[in-house]
Amino acid sequence: MNEMTLIVLGSTVAAVIGIAIGVLGPALAMGKAISSALEALARQPEAERSIMRTLFIGLAIIESLAIYCLVIILIVLFKNPLLAYIIH
Amino acid sequence: MDEGYSLMLGSLKIHVSIISTWGVMIFIISLVWLATRHMRMLPSGMQTVIEGIFEAMEQAVLEVTPEHGRLIMPFISTLWVFLIIANMLGLIPGLHSPTGDLSVTSALAILVFLSVHWFGIRIQGLKKYLHHYLQPTPMLLPFHIISEFTRTLALAIRLFGNIMSLEMAAMLIVLVAGFLAPIPILMLHIIEALVQAYIFGMLALIYLASAMQSQQINSEESL
Repeated sequence: MNEMTLIVLGSTVAAVIGIAIGVLGPALAMGKAISSALEALARQPEAERSIMRTLFIGLAIIESLAIYCLVIILIVLFKNPLLAYIIH
Repeated sequence: MDEGYSLMLGSLKIHVSIISTWGVMIFIISLVWLATRHMRMLPSGMQTVIEGIFEAMEQAVLEVTPEHGRLIMPFISTLWVFLIIANMLGLIPGLHSPTGDLSVTSALAILVFLSVHWFGIRIQGLKKYLHHYLQPTPMLLPFHIISEFTRTLALAIRLFGNIMSLEMAAMLIVLVAGFLAPIPILMLHIIEALVQAYIFGMLALIYLASAMQSQQINSEESL
């Protein structure tokens, strides 16, 4: 196994483990946010508009954590800076 | 991502994102122009549709900022309309969403970043606007400045990551499962395009509103 194979193997394994862990946290957070919003909605159905607006914005902010993870993993998989360092 | 997609004009290289952005702009402008060519008091057909869209967006903006809503409504509703059509463009075969390009979303986020300061200074005056950076204590100044930049970065990366990952997921499913298989993912693409356009506009609206409203919070505190 030369250096390049090691780097490719390492980055692939790291990417798969990384996306798995990186999605776990936002999933738990989103589930918690949605369940709280549903509780609030059941208690006060007339406040639906503001609850839904806040929920959507909160979900977007939570979701962006998973998206950051995805962007970093795509960089590792497709534009790996370490690999470019080895080739040149 | 695909480099072979750009157009050459002499030595000037025009990327496909610019062409599709201008295409979306021309589409919106010509649609609105056609719909409002013969405006009447009793609207018919297309004019009703455009008026309905406009009114819904105006309501949403005025709900967040009742007093300055009129001033920022053109900017926010332009973002909404542009982003919905730009995000949906990826559904047409052969075309790519311009918002799946980090340069386009960065440009939009920088636009939001600059207009936050522009509207804040315009409403509050330079001195009052700069004063809100020192608001609870001057010790928080670095955190205020960091949050200005990170939220702009987050705005750009969120839209780019969502749209690009959806297109990439559809492409991977075509590779793995074959023709017509990615249709469920494309349905998700429609929902995601609407949600991401809504969220981008809504976050821009909230940032603008918080930059303009801090004066009122201060005056309420001093009462």
